[in-house]
Amino acid sequence: MGNYFSFPDLLIWLPLVAGIICFLSRKEESAKTISILASLLVLGVSIASLFYTDDKKYLHFNNVNYIWLKYIGANYFIGIDGTGRLLTLLTAIGFPLVLMSASRTKYVSAPSFYGLLLLTQAGLMGVFCSLDALSFYFFWELALIPVYFLASRWGGEKRIQATFKFFVYTFAGSLLMLIGIIYVYLHTGSRTFEDGTVVAHSFSLSSFYHAALSSKEQFGLFWLFFIAFAIKMPVFPFHTWQPDAYDQSPTPVTMVLSGIMVKMGLFGAIRWLIPMFPAATLRFNEVVIILCLIGIVYASCLAMVQDNLKKLVAYSSIAHIGLMCAALFTLNPVGIQGTMIQLFHHGINIIGMWVVLNMIERQTGIKQISQLGGLAQKAPALTILFVIVALANIALPLTNAFTGELLMFSGLFQYNHWYAAIAGIGIILSAVYTLNMIQKVFYGEWKPVSSYFPDLSITEKFVLVIIVALIFVFGVYPQPLIDLTKESVNQLLMRLK
Amino acid sequence: MNAIILTAIWGVIMMFCGVFVKSKKAPKFIAITGLLLVFAANAVELATKKSFFNIQVHDMLRMDSFNLAFLAVIFGCTLVFFLLSGADVEKVGSHVAEYFALIFFVLCGVSLAATFNTLLILFIGIEIISIPLYILTGSDKRNLKSNEAALKYFLMGAFSTGIMLMGIAFLFGGNPAASFYLQHLQIGVGPMPVLVAFGLVFMLVALSFKVSAAPFHFWTPDVYDGAPTVFTSFMSTIVKAAGFFAFLRLFQNAFGNMHDQWQHLIIYITIATLLIGNVTAVFQQSVKRMLAYSSIAQAGFMLLAVFALNDRAKEGILLYAAAYSLATIGFFAILIKMEDYTIDGFNGLARQQPILAFTATIFLLSLTGVPLTAGFQSKFFMLMAAVENGNNFWIVIVAVLFAAVSAYYYFRVIQAMYFKEPGNLPLTREAELTGSFKAMLLITAILIIVIGIYPEILVGWMYH
Repeated sequence: MGNYFSFPDLLIWLPLVAGIICFLSRKEESAKTISILASLLVLGVSIASLFYTDDKKYLHFNNVNYIWLKYIGANYFIGIDGTGRLLTLLTAIGFPLVLMSASRTKYVSAPSFYGLLLLTQAGLMGVFCSLDALSFYFFWELALIPVYFLASRWGGEKRIQATFKFFVYTFAGSLLMLIGIIYVYLHTGSRTFEDGTVVAHSFSLSSFYHAALSSKEQFGLFWLFFIAFAIKMPVFPFHTWQPDAYDQSPTPVTMVLSGIMVKMGLFGAIRWLIPMFPAATLRFNEVVIILCLIGIVYASCLAMVQDNLKKLVAYSSIAHIGLMCAALFTLNPVGIQGTMIQLFHHGINIIGMWVVLNMIERQTGIKQISQLGGLAQKAPALTILFVIVALANIALPLTNAFTGELLMFSGLFQYNHWYAAIAGIGIILSAVYTLNMIQKVFYGEWKPVSSYFPDLSITEKFVLVIIVALIFVFGVYPQPLIDLTKESVNQLLMRLK
Repeated sequence: MNAIILTAIWGVIMMFCGVFVKSKKAPKFIAITGLLLVFAANAVELATKKSFFNIQVHDMLRMDSFNLAFLAVIFGCTLVFFLLSGADVEKVGSHVAEYFALIFFVLCGVSLAATFNTLLILFIGIEIISIPLYILTGSDKRNLKSNEAALKYFLMGAFSTGIMLMGIAFLFGGNPAASFYLQHLQIGVGPMPVLVAFGLVFMLVALSFKVSAAPFHFWTPDVYDGAPTVFTSFMSTIVKAAGFFAFLRLFQNAFGNMHDQWQHLIIYITIATLLIGNVTAVFQQSVKRMLAYSSIAQAGFMLLAVFALNDRAKEGILLYAAAYSLATIGFFAILIKMEDYTIDGFNGLARQQPILAFTATIFLLSLTGVPLTAGFQSKFFMLMAAVENGNNFWIVIVAVLFAAVSAYYYFRVIQAMYFKEPGNLPLTREAELTGSFKAMLLITAILIIVIGIYPEILVGWMYH
């Protein structure tokens, strides 16, 4: 049976096909229904895959390998394992939430909107499943193109420049990575096919891990890959595209960008960068950590003075991603484990934040904090749910982010006390700006704009309740996620020995 | 062999058509029939390695899989060009059959330039390509710009031909066998004889001129802008690709052993071409002129094949010829139908003509080099060739950074089509947008995507 279908195949092809069907459908309603159904189906597949994690028994369910370009040794080789499974799960959970919260807003030519969103999902799934460098690069770019069109077509006033900046940044980054891929590829060993043909090199992940590279070559290649991933995350000083892009994109797209797409960068570091270049990682990890720390403090300070709600969340996201990246590059088990589970939690929390901001923006048309106030009186349910999400965002105990940040901090602390202290400033500041924002927007002086502010609709309540439930469940019992990724952490550490 | 003879014969047939066939529509169909015939004959030769004509050529021509595969690409792209833009050739002037005849002569020249094994055949091939092009450039007789372009092209072209002849003379005198054969020019290790060095530089200059590599590119924007747009489409794609193919084969087969001695010259030319092409294209308002500069920029990427000079480079040039030609021919076919050639003329095209806008987007994404399109594969193979070469790794990084710059001007058109509002007037000459034209555009776009996913359908023929 495993020969007929496999999880990674379904995860990629379901949204792709559904996306194309959305394009062809004329009516807004049908496109909406198709996209939500497809994303729920993907969620089902993703959850089902959690029961087949044993690689020895279910290898065929989790891995697909077809010859693609024989002469150069590139395969269509996809599979899911620890980290990949976690992130496909996040993508699978994230998209239904995004689509449902988007369904209340009217978009011109909605079928294309939903179609492009599903294509993005297919690209993201492909990135998280690829075990072949060329397929990885294909999916990496494929996730970008639909997002570019989504943000440029349905975004805010300055959308064209903002998203183009985003596009050029990431495009340049990925081209540098492409050179890196080619260079490593030319240093891989030969590979023999079943029919006896031999190709000189191969693009598969394992041959990339065993490429014959001197440490000097690794040093250069490390940066070629790191820049591509750093732009995606984004890590200081490659972050300048991000606040504008988040601000100008339509909110559902921002959810995808900030909740799931930034994880591509961290995932790239976990799956490709660190295991491929262990010597370079050990040499340069301190530089990366310092960049991340600068980013944390810098972004937190900027977040404090932001009046624009969307930019505030954008900067806070830079700070959080910076912490995750720093903890990853401490290269000790606790820090890496913390990053792994935080990948998931951060995605859930930030999507929750955007759901609420999307609603505020839709109802009032305002995203300036100074013009909002007193929403709590009109919308108590919204306020309560949002406060929970916001508290999770600053990692209070009992919320999901707490375990992640605790682990990440102990990782950083083991690495260097001072670094942990600096990162701690980021956490304190995050409490300052988040609470400040809540106070002004929801409790502050009552402003006339809030007078016709309805409370949550059923869909939104449903979406937020699910997010809050995930926050509490994983806040109290984070073990399943740790179990899921433990093996990946061990494998990563093995490569560094 | 089939291709050379049949294109020449069909060119003559087309000329007679001008005299005996009165209908204005007929030449196009005769030309398409002839091209299908040439394509099929070439394919038979590629598959069986046997020509219909058994002629003793004394090794002056080489018919190997690589050359024939390249000719197959050229004829395939020309076929797409005829099917997409054939109707626009009819609008240029009253001598429709002659235009097609000239195109067939160009193809004959391309066939010679792709299979030469002596400098003489190379020279003849390049000349047979160039002379019909001078005429085609000036074919819009009442347009001053077209006349100016033709004169400029002719004078500059004649000058570069002179330089090429000079180079051939030096090379002839410089090799010990006093021979025009490429294999006799291959001199072993050690310093280059002075005459050979001069000859090499002259050949480099002349060929750089033909493929519009900087700093020998100054004729390009004016000629491409002045020539009737259909012929610009033909010149900037098929002819340019053929020029590169001749360039690569000459430098590989005649000067391959001395690669490390002339490689830096190519580096300077490549960097200059990428820089000038990309940076100038950014500032253009006219899409036609932008494409002229972008063709210079793309030439910079194709020069990487001459820089690398390995098997990947051969595969790369084959893919590049197909990817670049298909996308540019497709985009020019759309441009011809536009009322206004400026970028603002594309504003809101997606609302008025969704199929045109969609296919134009695929063509532009392919020119940018985004994955899933043929353009990506061609750039990818070029980069592989350059990295595999091993020396001067930094040139690859420069090349990709310029590729990112090129996204700027290609995406400006996409932005105009999708994200800007149209005015009230129609943007295109809608009467000319027939169903078959749109279908052909879609087929071209699908072809680009198929090559983008599975480039081995082209590359595989090289090893047949």
